[in-house]
Amino acid sequence: MQDNLSSGRIRKAPENFLNRDEIQTVVAEAKQGRRNFIRNAFAAAAAGAAGTAALAQGNPVPTEGGDPNILKLPEHSTGLGQGVAVDDGYGKPSKFESNVQRRQSPGLTQTTQASVSFAPLQSLFGIVTPSGLHFERHHQGWWDIDPSKHRLMVNGMVKANKVFTMDEIMRLPAVSRFHFIECGANTAVEWGNVAVPTVQYTHGMISCSEFTGVPLITLLELAGADLKKGKFVLAEGADGSSMTRTIPMELITSGEVIVAYGQNGEMLRPEQGYPLRLVVPGVQGVSWVKYLRRIEVGDMPYAAKDEAVHYMDLMPSGLHRQYTNIQECKSVVTTPSGGQVLLDKGFYNISGLAWSGRGKVKQVDVSVDGGRNWRRARLENPVMSKALTRFNIDWVWDGKPAIIQSRATDDTGYVQPTYKQLRAVRGTRSIYHNNAIQSWLVQESGEVKNVQVS
Amino acid sequence: MSRFLNAVLTAALLAGAGVAQAQSAKYPGVGRDATPKEVAAWDIDVRPDFKGLPVGSGSVAKGQDVWEGKCAHCHGIFGESGEVFSPLVGGTTAEDIKTGRVANLQRADYPGRTTLMKVPTVSTLWDYINRAMPWNAPKSLSTEEVYAVTAFLLNLGGIVPDNFVMSDKNIAEVQARMPNRNGMTREHNMWPGPEFSKVRKADTNNVACMKDCVPEAKVASFLPDYARNAHGNLAEQNRLVGAQHGADTTQPERKAGVAASATETPAAKPAPAAKPAAKPAAAGGDNKAVLALLSKYSCTACHAMDKKLVGPSFQDIAKKHAGKADYLAGKVKNGGSGVWGPIPMPAQSLSEAEAKTIAAWLAAGAAK
Repeated sequence: MQDNLSSGRIRKAPENFLNRDEIQTVVAEAKQGRRNFIRNAFAAAAAGAAGTAALAQGNPVPTEGGDPNILKLPEHSTGLGQGVAVDDGYGKPSKFESNVQRRQSPGLTQTTQASVSFAPLQSLFGIVTPSGLHFERHHQGWWDIDPSKHRLMVNGMVKANKVFTMDEIMRLPAVSRFHFIECGANTAVEWGNVAVPTVQYTHGMISCSEFTGVPLITLLELAGADLKKGKFVLAEGADGSSMTRTIPMELITSGEVIVAYGQNGEMLRPEQGYPLRLVVPGVQGVSWVKYLRRIEVGDMPYAAKDEAVHYMDLMPSGLHRQYTNIQECKSVVTTPSGGQVLLDKGFYNISGLAWSGRGKVKQVDVSVDGGRNWRRARLENPVMSKALTRFNIDWVWDGKPAIIQSRATDDTGYVQPTYKQLRAVRGTRSIYHNNAIQSWLVQESGEVKNVQVS
Repeated sequence: MSRFLNAVLTAALLAGAGVAQAQSAKYPGVGRDATPKEVAAWDIDVRPDFKGLPVGSGSVAKGQDVWEGKCAHCHGIFGESGEVFSPLVGGTTAEDIKTGRVANLQRADYPGRTTLMKVPTVSTLWDYINRAMPWNAPKSLSTEEVYAVTAFLLNLGGIVPDNFVMSDKNIAEVQARMPNRNGMTREHNMWPGPEFSKVRKADTNNVACMKDCVPEAKVASFLPDYARNAHGNLAEQNRLVGAQHGADTTQPERKAGVAASATETPAAKPAPAAKPAAKPAAAGGDNKAVLALLSKYSCTACHAMDKKLVGPSFQDIAKKHAGKADYLAGKVKNGGSGVWGPIPMPAQSLSEAEAKTIAAWLAAGAAK
């Protein structure tokens, strides 16, 4: 074991790992001979801790001549399972997946009503975020609004102010499109220095869903909006904060902006704006107004609170860049990532997510030596505009320290910047729109650490 | 904006059309015209050119009264509190009012950024106070109160004098004194429309170099050891199976090259069968109802379970007033001041029975 450790090989985490409190229980159970496989696992763990070489292999043959998980048929192979939904018609994840949860970052905000919970990117596959794991950001608490009482008003520079019920909106021709939504403050805590341990907290204010709804242009045309002089639209929510944001007319006339009620095949979740939210592809999440109640067409930007006071970029000159909206091309490796432990040397699939608010991801490169050399990653289908794109690349870990990075390029040719490049322009006092290349240090111990490189 | 003009136009349109509504040929039967009353009820926004601003006024003195009753709980008596949100006031000078640029924003060493340091447009303050304040009772202020509170906030920042009465008539003059009115630029390429600037080039310029791109990478910043467990045990925040598991951050990090000793505790991994949801077993049905009430009446906006926010934690209250359910019910319902410090708690609009439920829970120890 010592030799293996010094060469970087590490002990595999045994199955059914037990903490100190559980050891007594397990020993008692094991003595009674009821659960031999737990006893064996415990013995193996103890042997590993005592320093034998046996566990240096990822999946060793146990000394008993076979894995008890194979040799002894488990209950689920020899008993009767559960019936179809009887009293719970909405399925839930396995109880063994209870670690995969949205989480708040301690100390980030003082009140839960104006707060954030982060999506567990380190545990997700593909590009769709399960609706129950979609990151949350509320400005004055969330509501579960009765859809039969919800209304949408269209007013301002229109021929006739209009009111729509949900029934009416859902009668109109619908579109369904996959898009990412990223909070403008995603990765904000890392502007100056490394601050948080895992990809959930560094990048977890992004999610991707299939949204269903009516293009906003359809509703504007129904109201007879002045699409020439009306260069801007104000979107307003029905919650306490009545969140308002200015949206450029160009995004609406292109048909991209959707008044959405559906998400991943079901209605929006209440935390995501049920029954109606705006979908503004490529633009930071604060513009995707939840509980959407009103659209006003106007001829100047509205300087709403969150565009006049927050969601601006403080430049080294002391000037704020105002109305910064687009989420520029960005990527992050999700596995392996900060706070995880590689169990052994050998083969790994490095996997991550890439996206661009300006269009499609064209290329993702991955480095395992801190940005000195790069290899082209595989982009997995589908690759869609303003949606998350999954990338994978093969890697054999030799047990030595490695710094893993990913770098995305979009179809405008824009290449995701390094921290050095981003700070050279915007300094270190910005909060929003941090799209720098992320670095994860794989240490000899196998533990992965969040780092920034010079 | 221009809700009055719109109302007039809509009324004229309706009159001209008789009872018939404007209908779309393409999607007949979908949507109806909004009545002037409906538009007036919802069209509350105020633009930087003050379109939408209702006629009215309010004094700094009146604003102080409103402030102390409805705003100081969260924002502090002088708008200085950073306990719940960022401070509103501070960091601006008389010189900033002249130049329209907040000098402290140009200093890399200046620690904080208050609202008055950043906000360029006074309409933004008026609009947001009107639509979203007070925090737990948005849209409950009268027009006069919104003018008054806005004036008081500006007075705290030295932007308007003590005897000032702000109104729709003089708000444009106030705008000309906003300390950061010239502090904004729209010269960038991160707005998706063509309206603001002709800047089309990104401000960073990386190239997709593939080989020998940089000298050997050096780690310049990493998570300090004391922060390793600051987000809880990362072993419990990762899937139980997979190419990599979560690190047990309750234990010191294993160092490569150091042999594991016989006494070392194996990295703890939650065993879901033995330890399902890690929820406190004590939480009965009653607690659930109380927690729902605390959320419903926004008690949690000011009180946390086990740490001081604006007000004392529920557990501190429980400790101090154990067993005194009647006393606590009165305090919950009627508010109070002086027991826990200078910030008063306003009276609450919940029922007697609900106040008693919360009080009983507090008196019994405020179990989570």
